[in-house]
Amino acid sequence: MRATRLIKVALKSIVKNKMRTLLTMLGIIIGVGAVIVMVAIGEGAQSQIAAQIQNLGTNMLVITPGSSNAGGVSQGSGSFNRLKDTDADKIMAESAYVAGVSPVIFTRTQIVGGTGNWRSTIHGVTIDYPVIRNWELTSGRFFDASEQRTGKKVLVLGATIAENLFPNDDPVGQRVLVRNVPVEVIGVLAKKGQTPEGNDQDDVALAPYLTVQRRLSNFTFIRQILANTYSSNDIEKAQVELKAIMREAHGLAAWEPDDFEIKNQDQLSEAAQGTTEVMTMLLAAIASISLLVGGIGIMNIMLVSVTERTREIGIRMAIGARGSDVLTQFLIESIVMSIFGGALGVAIGIGGARILASFTGWSTAVSPEIIFIALAFSAAVGIFFGFYPARKAASLNPIDALRFE
Amino acid sequence: MQAVDAAVLVAAAVSDSNILGKHRLMSDTKPVVEVTGLRKTYVMGKTEVHALQGVDMTIRQGELVAIMGTSGSGKSTMMNIIGGLDYPSSGTYLLDGIEVNKLGKNELADIRNQKIGFVFQGFNLLARTSAVENVELPLLYDRTHKIKNHRQAAIDSLELVGLGDRTDHHPNELSGGQQQRVAIARALVTNPSLILADEPTGNLDSRTTVEVMQLFQELNKKGITIILVTHEDEVSRYAKRIVVLRDGRIIRDETQVPDSASDDIAKLILKQKREMETAPVSAE
Repeated sequence: MRATRLIKVALKSIVKNKMRTLLTMLGIIIGVGAVIVMVAIGEGAQSQIAAQIQNLGTNMLVITPGSSNAGGVSQGSGSFNRLKDTDADKIMAESAYVAGVSPVIFTRTQIVGGTGNWRSTIHGVTIDYPVIRNWELTSGRFFDASEQRTGKKVLVLGATIAENLFPNDDPVGQRVLVRNVPVEVIGVLAKKGQTPEGNDQDDVALAPYLTVQRRLSNFTFIRQILANTYSSNDIEKAQVELKAIMREAHGLAAWEPDDFEIKNQDQLSEAAQGTTEVMTMLLAAIASISLLVGGIGIMNIMLVSVTERTREIGIRMAIGARGSDVLTQFLIESIVMSIFGGALGVAIGIGGARILASFTGWSTAVSPEIIFIALAFSAAVGIFFGFYPARKAASLNPIDALRFE
Repeated sequence: MQAVDAAVLVAAAVSDSNILGKHRLMSDTKPVVEVTGLRKTYVMGKTEVHALQGVDMTIRQGELVAIMGTSGSGKSTMMNIIGGLDYPSSGTYLLDGIEVNKLGKNELADIRNQKIGFVFQGFNLLARTSAVENVELPLLYDRTHKIKNHRQAAIDSLELVGLGDRTDHHPNELSGGQQQRVAIARALVTNPSLILADEPTGNLDSRTTVEVMQLFQELNKKGITIILVTHEDEVSRYAKRIVVLRDGRIIRDETQVPDSASDDIAKLILKQKREMETAPVSAE
């Protein structure tokens, strides 16, 4: 009851001095607006990276060779490769969660054909690979199970290779030479863009892994095994299951460490996310400084306001306002102003983020959390920076205040 | 029109003097203000200023007292202490039997709110705030919540001072006399034991001064205790009792038969009327 009355008094005083109120709020408006825009940029970048990670594949698990341990010195991951194509077969046969499996072998080589030649990487994979990687074709088709089984000399080109070797015509049905072996191009992959690390995912060609192993290289090592689960809820269960299957496949005794590593997409994306989180925090920190300056602005104007309204304070005290009433009134004024300013700042920040996104093409994202945080923070600024002037007002001597001209 | 005016005023004047004729004995009513041995010493650098040097005074309910004195006589200090704005250095001050000099700052604020209505020389209304909102203001700080409908209480109070038709006017839309009436309405709204007016007519012309004094006399007739702090004889002649301070001591304290402000207004109006009647002749 009293509180609502005091809030009313504060509101009236704010409305009666529109110009002063606006100037006071300006700092907070700009501060909160800046925080919202900066965080929106940061979070936009984060969600973009998350999308890119998702772009790597759907519900994907990656098994890579583990590290060897020579006399206590770890050789790092991949130093001891015991992955085999039979591991993939065993996973497919035994796992309850895995929808598809593809061993991957790489060979880096020159592809000759079309208008010239292009050095790229050929990945030997299975028919499940495009599903695991969530990769569409723009023309032609992917190889089928019988081509995989027989190791037919067929190749699906990534967009980058297709553009470089066949800039003008459809590569499907054309022949290219890989290490002097003629291979038929049966399809072209859709463009996938860059990885978060900046690698061109489209500078690649896909072939059945048997083809790569036996006809295009003498390279038999499986560099990684990709698998995907039916649903994203299964990923962690699948990870545990695959570990058991792999240990069995490699005949590891209980005391032996894993000779492989299994990572899911979240783990892959963590590193990349971490970087952008730091960037977001940095941006928010810089913007927070303007919020701080806005708070000092509030304190400044409130101090002037207390001096300007000394007589009013005197009157209020003479007719029975306690020091705490005056303190509350001024505190409410500064809090209301900073919350209003914060709300305006949020609106301007959201608008600013949209405008920025449409001009620069950056993706921006304003989360409800940051709106809440910005409002809470501006209220805190109001309390913090309003307290000193309010205290000053409350401690005035009514006799002196009444005499003040 | 003019004849009717004159008749009404004469009737009012007659009825006024009738009421004044029924003079009550003030010593029978209960004391509102009782000060004994009141001293106040200010320390200014190395010198001590003795503003009050032992003042004893009792003001009873229904009194209309003028506290007079020249600048430096201690009357402002006296007002500040009686008004609960300041503490005495020594001595006691009982307001309605409450020992005010022993109260803390918050209780003192409550006393100002509940028991004292201030009227200031400079009106001290809040600017950009309507008359009725100004009058409501003390109720905002009323912790007893004895009055539920603030707006109605404020309107009633404004009607009491004859401004029932000006409730939504802002101070800058009102004349000096009207502003002081709003201030008096504000002082009355909490139903205080005491109205304390500090040079209430200092900023007003002589005609308005008489009008405001008329209002004080009317309120006093309703039983409201009023203390006027003033240095003007123009004001004190309407009081029933005059207390004169000099150098921090009471040098005179006597009751008098006050002039009737209503009569003076009637005289003023008649005088003005005569001037107006003669004015067109002289213009010809």
